[in-house]
Amino acid sequence: MTVNRLGKAYRRYNSEWQRFARWFGLPVKPSEEHWVLRNIDFSIEPGKAIGIVGQNGAGKSTLLKMITGTLQPTEGSVQVNGRIAAILELGMGFNPELTGRQNALHAAGLMGYSVEQIQQAMPDIEAFAEIGEYFNEPVRTYSSGMQMRVAFAVATAFRPEILIVDEALSVGDAYFQHKSFDRIKAFQKEGTTLLIVTHDRSSIQALCDRAILLEAGAIIKDGKPEEVMDFYNAIIAEKENSTVTIRQMDDGTVQTSSGSGEASIVSVTLHNVRGEMIEFASVGEPVSLRVKIDINQDIPELVVGYMIKDRLGQSVFGTNTHHLRCVLKDLKAGESPQYDFKFPANLGVGSFSVAIALHANDTHLVSNYEWRDLALVFNVINVAKDQFVGLTWIPPQVEYSR
Amino acid sequence: MFGLLRSLWSYRGFVVSSIKNELVTRFARSRLGGLWMIIHPLAQVAIYAVILSNVLAAKLPGIENKYAYAIYLMAGILAWNLFSEIIGRCLTVFIDQGNLMKKMRFPRITLPVIVIGSCLLNNILLLVSMLMVFAILGHMPSVEMLWLIPLTLIVVALGVGIGLILGVLNVFVRDIGQVVPIVLQVMFWFTPIVYPLNIIPDELKGAIASNPMYPVVTAYHDVLVYSTSPELQHVVITAAISIGLMLLGLFLFRRAAPEMVDVL
Repeated sequence: MTVNRLGKAYRRYNSEWQRFARWFGLPVKPSEEHWVLRNIDFSIEPGKAIGIVGQNGAGKSTLLKMITGTLQPTEGSVQVNGRIAAILELGMGFNPELTGRQNALHAAGLMGYSVEQIQQAMPDIEAFAEIGEYFNEPVRTYSSGMQMRVAFAVATAFRPEILIVDEALSVGDAYFQHKSFDRIKAFQKEGTTLLIVTHDRSSIQALCDRAILLEAGAIIKDGKPEEVMDFYNAIIAEKENSTVTIRQMDDGTVQTSSGSGEASIVSVTLHNVRGEMIEFASVGEPVSLRVKIDINQDIPELVVGYMIKDRLGQSVFGTNTHHLRCVLKDLKAGESPQYDFKFPANLGVGSFSVAIALHANDTHLVSNYEWRDLALVFNVINVAKDQFVGLTWIPPQVEYSR
Repeated sequence: MFGLLRSLWSYRGFVVSSIKNELVTRFARSRLGGLWMIIHPLAQVAIYAVILSNVLAAKLPGIENKYAYAIYLMAGILAWNLFSEIIGRCLTVFIDQGNLMKKMRFPRITLPVIVIGSCLLNNILLLVSMLMVFAILGHMPSVEMLWLIPLTLIVVALGVGIGLILGVLNVFVRDIGQVVPIVLQVMFWFTPIVYPLNIIPDELKGAIASNPMYPVVTAYHDVLVYSTSPELQHVVITAAISIGLMLLGLFLFRRAAPEMVDVL
């Protein structure tokens, strides 16, 4: 699938007569053009999964509508090889008076399938939905979860070349969620391209090979899901004209930091019990995370938070001094407070990163002085403990009997 | 134009199931079900007949049956119902289905086709029930009634032509949706449906003659009431107008379809 310099403008006319005149070929200029999306360029290979993130109003739905073809692009084009299915509006066009079976027939017809094709797929739809006898009852007697099951079963009854998955993937109960997820993954293996729209960091990182960040109708970031999500978080935190900077690290990863700058992070280091700086910690070793801060302007309150993440960017542990009840108050410019967070490195073997946030109140969303991802990277190695797997070290006490 | 037909053909399953579902859901959970579809127009006929027949029956020439006026009314209403139902539904079809058009990709042309299909189905059922009522009243069907086939097609073409144009414009200027029912009411009274033409004063005959529905309704009367072949001369003009309007409607629809979703 290729998206080529795609743009969408909503046109307004002084009078609707001008719009009508334009259909007949008269050269009338719209009085107002409002671009909601412009210069969108990307392409995806078959079988890849791409995440689309962005704040509300960034243009995600407009982009998706143009990819599905319900909305006509004002400029540029979308080239799609094959059929698109969207799990956007599950149950769209379902009629409450008709049975599940009749609705399935109708909805599949709306997707462009012939009656024979649908009849062939019907046993499969019925089996996948797993709602038993209800399949032949009117939809108005369904619970919303059951309706979703039928809708999902119909929407995925035929493997599309491109599948658009909206946030509404939280379909039904946990069992059905797993089932639908498995089906989506199976499609992907067979070569279906996935387009996933969500705000949920973990599902983007778990599913996608790549992510695109939309902001004010333009792609502002296109890259690895982890980088893009870091950047996205930084943008959310960006309030009160703070800036976002990105630095390429030596190992090729990208560090994102943002903030309004009243306080700044000087250094973030990891120390062992003897106070020596370390890059490697062994499992269970008591360590100390030292954060040095400069206060650049008088601020009423300072909260320091940190988040330990694994190499995929999944959060392992995070807290802040608000929750730890050691908030500093009334700081003056020129002060240099230092925090030491002491904890045992009860982590699994592997590489971990630490993100640091300086802010007021209990979240970084309100006033964010500085937020820095990948402020520190350290490795955990297993020196003295028995073999184990996983992200954390939770040593058990074993009792057994025979 | 060719692509339009091709996409319509590939969505024929959807069109058929939409028409069927509409019929099913309209009468789901009502005891009399499909009977309501016949009861409504017949009740209308009964009201007009009861109120007006005593006044007008004497003036309906050329037919002996004492129920002549009721038969005359039904013939006109058969034509008018089809015409006004198609216009009324085409008028709002794009707005009513706006949500669907925004979310799903399917050929838009199916929407007016579904309207035509379901209106035609209603009309055929109405015709069948009317013929039964005619038989009860002692008025037997004749060979001339085969003329109804081309006449129905002309009414459909006229309705769709006007309806499609208005329906497309209504998406952008919603006032049209408010004005049209009023205009239809006026047009109804300017068509000889509840009264015979000969009671109209001469100075108003010109106004009625310019009504494109007038020749068609008269032809319905000829065929259903008087069992004679209709005068084709005027009907042909209406047919030509209908085809012209339909082409204009299709042209507008093609031009407007991409922009419709923007404003829905």
